[in-house]
Amino acid sequence: MKLPLGTQRTLAEIGDISRFTWRFFQECGRPKFEVQEFFRQCFMIGNRSLGLVAITGFILGLVMTIQSRPTMAQFGAEDWIPSMVAISIIREIGPVVIALICAGKIGSGIGAELGSMKVTEQIDAMEVSGTNPFKYLVVTRVWATTLMVPILVIFADFISLYGSYLAVNMRDVTSLALFTQQVVEILEFSDVLPAFFKTFFFGFAIGVIGCYKGYTSSKGTEGVGLAANSAVVVASLMVFIIDLLAVQITDLLGLT
Amino acid sequence: MLMTTPPTISDREVVLEVRHLYKSFGDNHVLKDFNLELYRGENLVVLGKSGSGKSVLIKCIIGLMHPEQGEIQVLAKNVIGLNKEQLDQMRTRVGFLFQSNALYDSMTVRENLEFPLRRHGRDKSHSEVNDLVMEALVNVGLPHTVDMMPSELSGGMRKRIALARTMILKPEIMLYDEPTTGLDPITSREINDLILKVQEIYKTSSIIISHDMGCVKYTANRVALLVDGRCFASGSYADLQKHPDSAVKGFFQ
Repeated sequence: MKLPLGTQRTLAEIGDISRFTWRFFQECGRPKFEVQEFFRQCFMIGNRSLGLVAITGFILGLVMTIQSRPTMAQFGAEDWIPSMVAISIIREIGPVVIALICAGKIGSGIGAELGSMKVTEQIDAMEVSGTNPFKYLVVTRVWATTLMVPILVIFADFISLYGSYLAVNMRDVTSLALFTQQVVEILEFSDVLPAFFKTFFFGFAIGVIGCYKGYTSSKGTEGVGLAANSAVVVASLMVFIIDLLAVQITDLLGLT
Repeated sequence: MLMTTPPTISDREVVLEVRHLYKSFGDNHVLKDFNLELYRGENLVVLGKSGSGKSVLIKCIIGLMHPEQGEIQVLAKNVIGLNKEQLDQMRTRVGFLFQSNALYDSMTVRENLEFPLRRHGRDKSHSEVNDLVMEALVNVGLPHTVDMMPSELSGGMRKRIALARTMILKPEIMLYDEPTTGLDPITSREINDLILKVQEIYKTSSIIISHDMGCVKYTANRVALLVDGRCFASGSYADLQKHPDSAVKGFFQ
């Protein structure tokens, strides 16, 4: 029985991405790590996403607080708003929303950059210069996204909670110290650690997918657009799949 | 105008030799039993129609593509049998000028030129690297562009910077992939002059891929015609002009 063409293509792509990921681990184990380029990528990925992540986080906290107030008020549980918002943001919404933002910003950026380098023969030029382009371009970017996405998520979580604090103060009056106390009292390690841990996988997936799409792009300039576009789509999908797996594993380990 | 004298038969040393090369893409057999020699100090132009496999040939020579069969001897080493380290070592002695220039968009001109030096000349001090970068830029007449980005340069300037980057390691063999394609006649002439200047200053042996007859006439010591995947004819520009076969005549009319 022959599988439909679409299924064949999807399976072939999963195979290609797996091979690409395996090559990443192989190249990591070989000497001459491109330290300078790695730090440059960390700066580019982190610094350039900071503003977007901050605004997203702030609005997220603000909107969640404003939207949840009427429901909480119906149950006379307005005092619980900081705790409820903190758990929602730290455990789930913060990591996932920021990872999706990063998939859009960083994933597409990497896909377009490497795709453009591929079609303008810059990757070939690098190879001719005696440089391993996979190590220089892919390994450094994947490590940079793996380490920078968690940092961006932590940063966004703080900004988000500050947004929530401001939203609480729109109707009521509460001090920052009291708000912080409520947040800290409700949060446990089982809320923070699994959520933090999964962000490394989000970052890794965004880096691998962005690099894979760019590095293997073809069809000239049209391919660059396709690489950027499909990097966002596939990386976003991967974020949800990883999140689903993370929730299942956390549940199995009894950390819910 | 710079002119070079073709080497005489007696001092001809083969620096690059291609033997029985086969390369195909699916059912498209691009190179079929292709043979070629490059002699020390000469400019050999490989002439052929678009899509005839000229660029594939030099990409096989530099190791960017892998032929199905055949042998490529570059400076007495068979490229096909080399491992990654040996190939990198060989590439320090062979320069490649890409058709699209392939300048790194995210780097300044200085960083572009420093890139191969940092890879292969790790023992060089900062001032030595700077001197080499400036020397390469002066040779192509663009020292003032050192801190500019590639996007700020014209097509001709980008081509010259790409040539400067290729020449910074002072390779013995140069491979030019359609160096004048897409340039206006005046800029093409400037690039042709630079090719001759490189040959004279660095004593390079070069394979120039082109179908620009101005470039062929101006730069070639010898011309090889690639037709149907084979080296159909070779000789001086004047010899091929008088060739009786219509496949050769078509290029020179």
